[in-house]
Amino acid sequence: TNLQQRRREGPAAALLWQKPRSAAQQRHSVTAILSKMAGADGDDSLYPIAVLIDELRNEDVQLRLNSIKKLSTIALALGVERTRTELLPFLTDTIYDEDEVLLALAEQLGNFTMLVGGPEYVHCLLPPLESLATVEETVVRDKAVESLRKISQEHSPVDLEVHFEPLVKRLASGDWFTSRTSACGLFSVCYPRVSSTVKAEIRQHFRTLCSDDTPMVRRAAASKLGEFAKVLELDYVKSDIISLFTALASDEQDSVRLLAVEACVSIATLLPQEDLETLVMPTLRQAAEDKSWRVRYMVADKFSELQKAVGPEITKNDLVPAFQNLLKDCEAEVRAAAANKVKEFCENLPEDSREQIIMTHILPCVKELVSDTNQHVKSALASVIMGLSTILGKDNTIEHLLPLFLAQLKDECPEVRLNIISNLDCVNEVIGIRQLSQSLLPAIVELAEDAKWRVRLAIIEYMPLLAGQLGVEFFDEKLNTLCMAWLIDHVYAIREAATCNLMKLVEKFGAEWAQNTIVPKVLGMANDPNYLHRMTTLFCINALSEACGQDITTKQMLPVVLKMSNDQVANVRFNVAKSLQKIGPVLDSNALQTEVKPVLEKLATDTDMDVKYFAQEAISVLALA
Amino acid sequence: MSAISASEKVDGFTRKSMRKAQKQRKSQGSSQYRTQSAPVELSPLPQLKDAPSTEQQELFTQKLQQCCMLFDFLDSVTDLKSKEIKRATLNELVDYVSTNRGVLVETAYPEITDMICTNIFRTLPPSENPDFDPEEDEPTLEASWPHIQLVYEFLLRFLENPDFQPSIAKRYIDQKFVLQLLELFDSEDPRERDFLKTILHRIYGKFLGLRAFIRKQINNIFLRFIYETEHFNGVAELLEILGSIINGFALPLKAEHKQFLMKVLIPLHTAKALSLFHAQLAYCVVQFLEKDPTLTEPVIRGLLKFWPKTCSQKEVMFLGEIEEILDVIEPTQFKKIQEPLFKQISKCVANPHFQVAERALYFWNNEYILSLIEENIDKILPIMFGSLYRISKEHWNPTIVALVYNVLKTLMEMNCTLFDELTSSYKADRQREKKKEQERDELWKQLEELRLSNPTLVHGQNRKILKNNNPRYGPSDSSWDNEGKTCSQLG
Repeated sequence: TNLQQRRREGPAAALLWQKPRSAAQQRHSVTAILSKMAGADGDDSLYPIAVLIDELRNEDVQLRLNSIKKLSTIALALGVERTRTELLPFLTDTIYDEDEVLLALAEQLGNFTMLVGGPEYVHCLLPPLESLATVEETVVRDKAVESLRKISQEHSPVDLEVHFEPLVKRLASGDWFTSRTSACGLFSVCYPRVSSTVKAEIRQHFRTLCSDDTPMVRRAAASKLGEFAKVLELDYVKSDIISLFTALASDEQDSVRLLAVEACVSIATLLPQEDLETLVMPTLRQAAEDKSWRVRYMVADKFSELQKAVGPEITKNDLVPAFQNLLKDCEAEVRAAAANKVKEFCENLPEDSREQIIMTHILPCVKELVSDTNQHVKSALASVIMGLSTILGKDNTIEHLLPLFLAQLKDECPEVRLNIISNLDCVNEVIGIRQLSQSLLPAIVELAEDAKWRVRLAIIEYMPLLAGQLGVEFFDEKLNTLCMAWLIDHVYAIREAATCNLMKLVEKFGAEWAQNTIVPKVLGMANDPNYLHRMTTLFCINALSEACGQDITTKQMLPVVLKMSNDQVANVRFNVAKSLQKIGPVLDSNALQTEVKPVLEKLATDTDMDVKYFAQEAISVLALA
Repeated sequence: MSAISASEKVDGFTRKSMRKAQKQRKSQGSSQYRTQSAPVELSPLPQLKDAPSTEQQELFTQKLQQCCMLFDFLDSVTDLKSKEIKRATLNELVDYVSTNRGVLVETAYPEITDMICTNIFRTLPPSENPDFDPEEDEPTLEASWPHIQLVYEFLLRFLENPDFQPSIAKRYIDQKFVLQLLELFDSEDPRERDFLKTILHRIYGKFLGLRAFIRKQINNIFLRFIYETEHFNGVAELLEILGSIINGFALPLKAEHKQFLMKVLIPLHTAKALSLFHAQLAYCVVQFLEKDPTLTEPVIRGLLKFWPKTCSQKEVMFLGEIEEILDVIEPTQFKKIQEPLFKQISKCVANPHFQVAERALYFWNNEYILSLIEENIDKILPIMFGSLYRISKEHWNPTIVALVYNVLKTLMEMNCTLFDELTSSYKADRQREKKKEQERDELWKQLEELRLSNPTLVHGQNRKILKNNNPRYGPSDSSWDNEGKTCSQLG
């Protein structure tokens, strides 16, 4: 086959081989297939299939792509045998196409087992996938490896050794780095199901790739180290994997070293506790103090996983000081990553010494981070710091954490303040929100007017919670104006959220409160010169009518809605129709017949077709016809 | 809060340019000095020129050691005196190695390289601006430049000193040294990259034993840039060095060099940030073709494979490179590649983006290209005719239409008979194409019916889906749409 030919001729020949074949050659092969597939036996039903195959050679990429995506249909139509003997060899030839086409092909082939006749024949899919696994474009190659991993499971143990494992070996000793990187992802899927001799070979291949000349290959090997360790026998983990791990973790390239940190988690999980100190910890300690911030960042980012993997004793002795250093790292990126893990790290500390460790070792670092120079660090901390209160309990929270929360609430960066406010519920559970209310308020007011509408939106979502905690009096005094101001925000999403917020407030504080404080203001907006504000009145009525009940709806809201049916803006008028449909069920039948019906009938003859439509819809839904 | 305008309240996210305008020019330090213990205050040593010649060497060493002390330049108030002493000493050292003969004794080499390594080799800090756009943003400058610049200067003078002996220096300027030097090319500071470029070039010139290694490592940097990170600040500088290296390649070219051209330089064209190094890249490619014209066909096929699909700016660059290649192409090579190439050019002249169309049409202003076209007019005219004829009637931009008329006229003069034939068959050809398109649509429909009407097909399909039981790999024709990652050449 072409593949073997390429292998024999080495890389220079591969270059030549890669160029598309001449038009004449192409035409020849297509004609051959066409006549074989369609013409020869005169089977009309196969004609379109033949054309599809012709289109796999079309000059237009889009057409080739369309055709390749229908590949399963083509294969089904051909039947398993012709798929194996004709379609697959043909596809193996097409491999030198645009990457888009190859990606689609790589993905399709992973689902082809039944189409070639089931697991017994699944190895037929290996040649095209092997070629795809050597392509330069990473996306294509990764997809090919994914498909190979998938179909490896469908191989019988014998086929795995006869067909699949040789492929892995060929890839592992390929000339160009692409095939070797692909091989790294395939060892772990065949290792558990082959004989011990083959296993030894696989281990040897993996070892070789871990010290490959090309950093790309070492990166691929390092990223698969954990996965490979998991399928190895424990003795080999100790004898083979550890030395590979140590070597990769001290690679000259930081991009390789940082991947070893990831593997560290898996490896530490596999080893018995007593071996961790000698086999894993020296490397981990070194990684936490690596000269490259990328490696330290990775340690910080994986800290919770590492903590779980090494267990409580090592955590106490080693990880606590390491974590302190990461929180004080000179690079903001590293500090932010570590700050993100503060809560999880504290949570996972052994219970007997948790409080003591937090109070003496972690909290001092956290205090410094509150006034960090970098806003990402502060913001990362703000997103988790509130979680500490549940761990430390009421007294410690009030004494030690509260000042920090308040400091962050006054932070100059809105994201920091927002992160604190978004997590109020954790503190609320521990100390109640009253403690915070006085200090909270200025921050809330400021965020409520923040220039970023998403920030305003987030604050609105916390209003019902705050209202419930602060009580009606405090709310009326301090927050009510804000809630009403949002109704006339420039951004629709804010007005919508504000409407929904009002409904939740009414559910909390009751109809009487609504009647006195909210409804008059909402109805007042019906006379606003801006039609968007007039519509907001309608939206509020839609949201509030149910919570306010029949009395308020009929006596106060309905007249306003009906009056608005004469609005000069069609959008307002059809929203009147929609509102009437919405509040109809809350009204009594008398009001419906005498007041609503005539207005809807009038709207149903409106000059605007949308108004007509919604009026008619309301009439039919409310059964007023 | 009153300062926030209404429009800002609606948008919230101010325009990129406005945000950038507010930003100050930033500088950053490396994280290296912080790993050291706090600097000790330096005390000035006597001037080298004042020392008796017997003591000069000893004093030189002391000064080199003194310069190994690193300072925090982000903190502009501390260690001012020591910083100044180091700066003056470095200046003196630069002067010393560039004006004096006989100062590079064997024992000085390790001291010199030690001082250089301590100062310049450092982990580059994370970028202040993660979506740094080198074309629009100001680069973050190295804070310790006042010292580092002098160290680079010193390294350069050291390498250029007439007494410099590579045979001794190779013990210190080794693979590890080069590797660290190459990593520094990722620096955001253009001043630093410029120094590095000159220095690496000198090292490549002086250390024959490191040449293959340097090429291989540059290879790796590029491959990582293309296929893994898409981020490396020094691509242009490295290409510039390579441009001069390629110039010196012996003929016939080694397989290694050809592989570099096809598997590294050509795929580099897929990078998003191509505009930052395209000039240098095109120069390298043309250098290769001037060395070995037989590479023309694979190179042009490679460029056609990676031809930009959505980025007009890149398309203009590709056209520029094609013209540079055509300027040096041999007529025999041109024949080999004319068909696929002119199919692409015919698409380009019909591009709705007028800059792309214009760039392609400018080919007809090039005397040499014109002569190649004329020589092969019977092949090229049929490929170009359809597009040109159509846009002469349809293109929205009057400049393009005018250019197209000129091109059509030139082509007509080259082969009048063929031109007339094509004009008269134009309509029939279009109709044939349309019919073909209809047939194709028809076939797709038939196929769909066939699939639906054939119970075994439908049955088989169902079984397959059930078996996989994984929605991501369900009906294969829809999974493409879910594929978030685009292939690089889409960019």
